[in-house]
Amino acid sequence: MTQKDKNEKSIQDKLTTIKYNCDSNSHLSVDLKKCAKCKDKICTKICPAKVYEYDENLKEIIVQYENCLECGACRIACPKDAIKWEYPSSGCGVIFKNN
Amino acid sequence: MDTKFSADVIVVGAGPSGIAAALSVAKKGKRVILVDRSQYPGSKNMYGGAVYTTALKEVFEDDFEKIKYERIINSHTWSFLNETSSFDLTYKDSSSKYAYAIKRFNLESQMIEIAKENGVYYIPNTLVTNLIQENNCVVGIQTEYEKYYAPITILADGVNSLLARELKLRNDYKPKDMILSIKEAIKLDKKTIEERFNLKDDLTNGVNKQYFGSSFGALKEYKNLFMMTFLYTFKDTVMLGVGVNLADLSKNKLNINMILDEVKQHPDIAPLIKNGQTIEYSAHLIPEGGYKKIPKLTSNGVIIAGDAAGFVNGVHFEGTNFALISGKLAGESALIALENDDYSANTLSIYTKKLENSFILKDLYSYRNILENLYSRSHSLSVYYPEKIKQLFEIITSANCVSKSQQIRKYFFSFFKDRKINELFKDITTALKCALDIFFGK
Repeated sequence: MTQKDKNEKSIQDKLTTIKYNCDSNSHLSVDLKKCAKCKDKICTKICPAKVYEYDENLKEIIVQYENCLECGACRIACPKDAIKWEYPSSGCGVIFKNN
Repeated sequence: MDTKFSADVIVVGAGPSGIAAALSVAKKGKRVILVDRSQYPGSKNMYGGAVYTTALKEVFEDDFEKIKYERIINSHTWSFLNETSSFDLTYKDSSSKYAYAIKRFNLESQMIEIAKENGVYYIPNTLVTNLIQENNCVVGIQTEYEKYYAPITILADGVNSLLARELKLRNDYKPKDMILSIKEAIKLDKKTIEERFNLKDDLTNGVNKQYFGSSFGALKEYKNLFMMTFLYTFKDTVMLGVGVNLADLSKNKLNINMILDEVKQHPDIAPLIKNGQTIEYSAHLIPEGGYKKIPKLTSNGVIIAGDAAGFVNGVHFEGTNFALISGKLAGESALIALENDDYSANTLSIYTKKLENSFILKDLYSYRNILENLYSRSHSLSVYYPEKIKQLFEIITSANCVSKSQQIRKYFFSFFKDRKINELFKDITTALKCALDIFFGK
C-alpha cells in the first residue's frame, strides 16, 4: 500500500467516528474552470477529511461535502480562490461530541 | 428603545467568547439574544483540551463553582523528540487549578446553562446568513428563518468568521496565518490513564504534554517541518493532536492526518495510547496571524471578539482565555454604548481601549514577531537541536569508556562545525530577539 492509500484508508476509518447531520445541499462548491487550470490541486492533498478528489475520467474535482469537518483550511489554502465555502444550513453538518 | 429592536444586543456564535459577551450584557439587565448555527452546544468547536480557570472565574464569577471538569490539568511537559529518543522537561504542581480539561460539548453546555439562568435568550440551530445594515450601520442579523434587530451586534462566530469578512473588517487570511490542527479523542479507562501518566486516583490531576521535533518516521523526508504535537488527559480519554502551519502543508503537499499517524507510532507516544480506541476525529483552524493580522475590531453597530478577531497566543496554547475575556470586554463596551445611546464605531472603540489595557493586546503585541521568528528557524527547532540534545545526553548516559572532557570539548566545538557558522549566529540572534520582544513588551 502506498503512503497515499494508507493515509486515505486511515482518514476513512477516522471519519466513521464522527456524527453528522447531513445537509441536503452542499455547502461547498468549486469553480471547475479555475480548477481545470490549477496544477497542484492542493485541496485534494491537504483536506483532513479528503473531501476533494480529482476524478481522472471526468477530469474534474469531486466534492464529498458530507465528510467535511468545517475547518475551512481548503478555502484559505486554495491558490485560485476557487472554493466557495459556506456553513452548512442551520443545525446541519458535523457534530463533535467527544472532543 | 426603538420598537423595531428585538433585543439590546445580538451575539452571533455561542462559543466561549459569545457566551461571555452575552452573559455580561444580561447581567446588567439588558436584553440579549445569543444565536448559534449548531444544534448542540459546542458541537462545531474543538481545542487541544484546556480552558483556563482565571478567565472562567472572571466571566462567571460565583457561578464558576458550578462548572464541572473532567480533570484539572496541572502537569506540563515539554518534550523534544528524535527518532528513538526524547528529552522531557516537566513542571507539575498537584495543588494548582489553572486549567480544566472539559469536552467542548460539556463546556459550552454548562456555560450556556449559566448564561440562560442569567437571562440570555439562546437560539440554537440557527444560521446567520448575513448582517442587516442601514445607513452604514449594522442594525441586526438575517438568519435562515427570520430577522432580528438590535442596536449592537457582537460577532463571536469563530475563526472563519464569514460575517467579519462580509463587513470587510479584515482582509482574507493567507495560509501562513493559519495553523491547521487535528486531533483524536482516544478512549482508555480511567485507571489505565492514571497508571500511564503517573496520576493520583482522582480527577484533580491531569497531564498536558507538548512535543517538539519532526525528525522521525516518514516525517524525516520533510525537512524544516515545524509542527506542534499536543496531548491532554481527560477522565477516561486522551486527546492527541498536531498543529501545522497551513502554508507548510500546502508547500509540502502534505496531509496532516499522515503526520498524526506518524506521531502515534513514535516510541515515546505509542505506549501512552496503546489499546486505546479512537472515539472521535476532529479538525479546526487556529488563527496565528497575531497582532499584525488583527482586524478592525469595531464598526458602526458591531464588535468582533474571540477567534473571529484572531485572539490566540499560539506559543503558549492560549485561546479560551483570550476568547472569554475579549467576549466579556465586548459585552461591557456594548453596555457603555447602550448607556450613551450611541452605537457608532467611535463610541464602540472603547472596546479597543479595554483590550489594550488587558493582557490580550499586550500579549499579542509582545508576541507579534515570535511565531515568524520561530518559523524562520524551523530546521533548528525541529531537527538540529533535538539531535544536539540527544548527543549531549548520550555523553552523559552512555558510560562509553571515553574521557568525559574529550567528549564535552568535541561536543562544544561541534556547534561551530556541524553547520555553517551563520546558522548558529542566526539561532542566537533569533532567540535574543524573541527574549527581548517579551522582556520589553507591553
